[in-house]
Amino acid sequence: MIIRNLPAIIPLLFLAAALLIPLINLLKKNSAFSIAVFVSLLASVVSGYGLYYVDTNETIRYSFGGWQPPIGIEYVYDRLAAFVALVINVISLIVITHSLKAVKEELSDREMPYYAITMLLLCGLNGIVLTGDIFNLYVFVEISSLAGYALIAVGEERSPFAAFRYLLIGTIGASLYLLGVGFLFIMTGTLNMINLAQILPSINETPTVIVAVTLMVSGIGIKTAIFPMHGWLPDSYTYAPSTTSALIAPIGTKVGAYVLFRLLFFIFGIDYFSRILPVGDLIAFFASAGIIFGSIMAIAQKELKRMLAYSSVAQIGYIALGIGLANPLGFIGAVLHVLNHAFMKACLFLIAANLRINEGHSDISKFDIKLGKKYPWTFAAFTIAALSMIGLPPMAGFFSKWYLVLATIDSKAWFYLGVILLSSLLNAVYFFRILERIYMKKYSSDEIKEEVVFAGNPNKYEGGLSLLIPVVLLAAGIIVLGLFNASIVSLINRMIS
Amino acid sequence: MHHIETYISVIPLYAVLVSIAVVPLILMSARNANLREFWTILAGVIKFGLVLTLAPDALQNKAAEFTIIEIAPSVDLVLRADPFGIYFALIASGLWILTSFYSIGYMRGAGEKKQTRYFASFAVCLSATIGIAFSGNLLTFIIFYEILTIATYPLVIHKETKVAIAAGRKYLIYTLTAGLFLIAASAITFILTDTMEFSAGGIFDSTVIPKNTMIILFMLFLCGVGVKAGIIPFHSWLPAAMAAPTPVSALLHAVAVVKSGVFGVVRIVGFIFGPEVMSSYGLNIILIVFSGSTIIIGSLLALRQDNLKRRLAYSTVSHLSYIVLGAALLTSSGFTGGIFHIATHATMKITLFFCAGAIYVNLHKENVSELDGIGKVMPWTMASFTIGALGLAGIPPINGFVSKWFLGIGALEANQIIVLVIFIISGLLNIGYFFPIIQRAYFKEGYDITKNREASMFMVVPLVITALLSLLMGFYPDLLLDFYSIASGISSSLIGGAGL
Repeated sequence: MIIRNLPAIIPLLFLAAALLIPLINLLKKNSAFSIAVFVSLLASVVSGYGLYYVDTNETIRYSFGGWQPPIGIEYVYDRLAAFVALVINVISLIVITHSLKAVKEELSDREMPYYAITMLLLCGLNGIVLTGDIFNLYVFVEISSLAGYALIAVGEERSPFAAFRYLLIGTIGASLYLLGVGFLFIMTGTLNMINLAQILPSINETPTVIVAVTLMVSGIGIKTAIFPMHGWLPDSYTYAPSTTSALIAPIGTKVGAYVLFRLLFFIFGIDYFSRILPVGDLIAFFASAGIIFGSIMAIAQKELKRMLAYSSVAQIGYIALGIGLANPLGFIGAVLHVLNHAFMKACLFLIAANLRINEGHSDISKFDIKLGKKYPWTFAAFTIAALSMIGLPPMAGFFSKWYLVLATIDSKAWFYLGVILLSSLLNAVYFFRILERIYMKKYSSDEIKEEVVFAGNPNKYEGGLSLLIPVVLLAAGIIVLGLFNASIVSLINRMIS
Repeated sequence: MHHIETYISVIPLYAVLVSIAVVPLILMSARNANLREFWTILAGVIKFGLVLTLAPDALQNKAAEFTIIEIAPSVDLVLRADPFGIYFALIASGLWILTSFYSIGYMRGAGEKKQTRYFASFAVCLSATIGIAFSGNLLTFIIFYEILTIATYPLVIHKETKVAIAAGRKYLIYTLTAGLFLIAASAITFILTDTMEFSAGGIFDSTVIPKNTMIILFMLFLCGVGVKAGIIPFHSWLPAAMAAPTPVSALLHAVAVVKSGVFGVVRIVGFIFGPEVMSSYGLNIILIVFSGSTIIIGSLLALRQDNLKRRLAYSTVSHLSYIVLGAALLTSSGFTGGIFHIATHATMKITLFFCAGAIYVNLHKENVSELDGIGKVMPWTMASFTIGALGLAGIPPINGFVSKWFLGIGALEANQIIVLVIFIISGLLNIGYFFPIIQRAYFKEGYDITKNREASMFMVVPLVITALLSLLMGFYPDLLLDFYSIASGISSSLIGGAGL
């Protein structure tokens, strides 16, 4: 039955696309974009159905090559994996659909390799989520990272440097993780996650296991860009091509967060990392430092993409804080924020991309009322995303924060409660700063005021419907996710029950 | 306990949505000002009509309820038009109609720009206000409360001058921070009680919660709703927000926004904590200290203002705390007086703001010191102003006297002589800051008497109506809409519920 093969289908789909794009491009020029869109659409549909299936039936376990675990590699398609896979594929579908103009503009005549590598990235990200084997996970981390380095390095002048830095730091992260995997394998003789979860409780206080956990969490922490291991992120997101930023920022680091969910909540268990070994406390502490640091740095930025990059550092902090609090409410908040933040950040990065394509810059100091009048829908979407980032109801962002707030109270972690509330205010500062400019900033002096009255848009539909529709869709999604979050939350509840 | 019988009805939802539904129509009619304003008036009339159909329920202790969706597991986004909600919705939606007419006169008379944005934001504000009134639980309340914050922002910065933008920033800093406190407080309440429903008499029924926790929780709530309620030291956004056009000050900063804050205080005191818990933890004392000092300090600050709107703003700060103090007394007359003051202060203060706006549009005067002899120039306006000012000072037969009377009795019932003294001193201070205006207007020579001219009818008629309402409600507190009966009904449900 095809449904049994679902876990393998999604990564293979992207892998096949990555290989087929160069081949088909030989026969038919400029086909890369259409193939990429088609494949990610297919992956979205499949993972949508997959989520529905595992939620109503049972977890799908798929043994690769027919080898049963612990010898063979197993793929596990449970609710959490299905959920994150759906988020990845829907966001990448939207971003890829948007990408045609951006890629043409920024990477003329390098479209084919760009899309091929993008497919490889998505293969890696989906693989990380779907695999049930901690070593196989490492392989997919490397696949996605290598693809990620390449996608970043083709950006602006300074992007190769940013990508190289990411490569160095990322490799260290992956190596730490691999070392941890080695230690665990020595102790347990298995790499299968489900097996590990059964074996670990009896040996989890041995020093080897403790070292393994530390190494794995630090390694993934680097990949997730948890403060203070975030150093690679701001430059990479800023100098990468717009499409890369819009693709990696919403889903790249989220996959790291997924690995932490998997490791801590499912393999080691809440009890282990909150009581026996205080990993949770440590994560929560660094997460909250990251929330404050990222927000303050975002306020200081003059360039939209860079501001969004620092804001990502802060937002990852929310997810990490939810993990670190180590209670079911924190888990709900963190998983919900993976989804919500993906929508918000994708929307915001696509807006930055649109501005770069249409205006040639995304420099906040040049934003004024004229820009706002020229792009009314774009900035309406921006406003919605911004309000959601600040955490105002009924936008989606409010609800993930709400669960994190409940989680801090449940753990009596008053300090972290304060951090979440304070960061909302800091978010408000850096987003209202832009909104104020867009809707009110007149010309600096007495320059001809009449020109403010905008006569009509030379770029029809604010630079073309292909750029506008994805942005508006994501903004609408933010409101819809906010209003219907109850059903998502009950799904997340079912993940851990 | 007065049990409130609930039944399912979509009317509360329609009442909330009707004004937001006309926003696209307003935006589309940007080029045809008359059509655009027609949508506002239409929405206002329908909204008021819908609330009016619910009004009989308020006297019969029934509540129309509508669950929109389950917003979080076991927490619904629910609208429940209980008597208190209906009471507030009646005031806000009724005065919106008058304000809409007044806005037309004001905005055109003052030649304001961006009127489309103005009317659109106003409509959203009203949806949020009615949403606040009908919120069935804390989470729903927070959602509409934050929407109100954001929708008011474009109105505060409307003039887009440096002063207005600075006022907008201040407004956001205060209200967004307050929103966060409210979120934190609600979350703690949810963790402690497993519910966020508003229920007459409160939801904390046990006394097992430590006193310190309860006090901190109450302070969080107080910061949360106290900002919009203008409680000192959370008040200073309000005078700054006077940078907005006067109709905004009139409806939002004398009725909708600030009364949402006060409404929130009464909800928290009467429907979350409940009178019994309030007194057993000594929380009422905290509230009395804050609101009592706000009344006195607000009045003293009002004395010093030369700008008319700022004087009215500080007067609002002080009068909002009458309502808070009434609730803090936790007695039947205290609640009745406080809740009734929501209505009476609304009619009186909106009259005064309408007058200030008419003077500004007509004569371009903003300061008290420039009003010499204005009574002869704008006789209707200044007569209405006088009625409103006398009412706020608590002089019979204007409706302000009635609410103050019950507040005074409430203070005696609670054996809080000092509160009674506060009300008396405040009454004197009210006379102190209003009478110089009246005296200048009527007994000083300033203008050429032949220049007798009023602002446009759009402005004068609404302000005369609100002044007449203030006067008539003083004779018949149950005039037209039974405000007094509803207020005393709510009061007895709160006190009865607590079994005091």
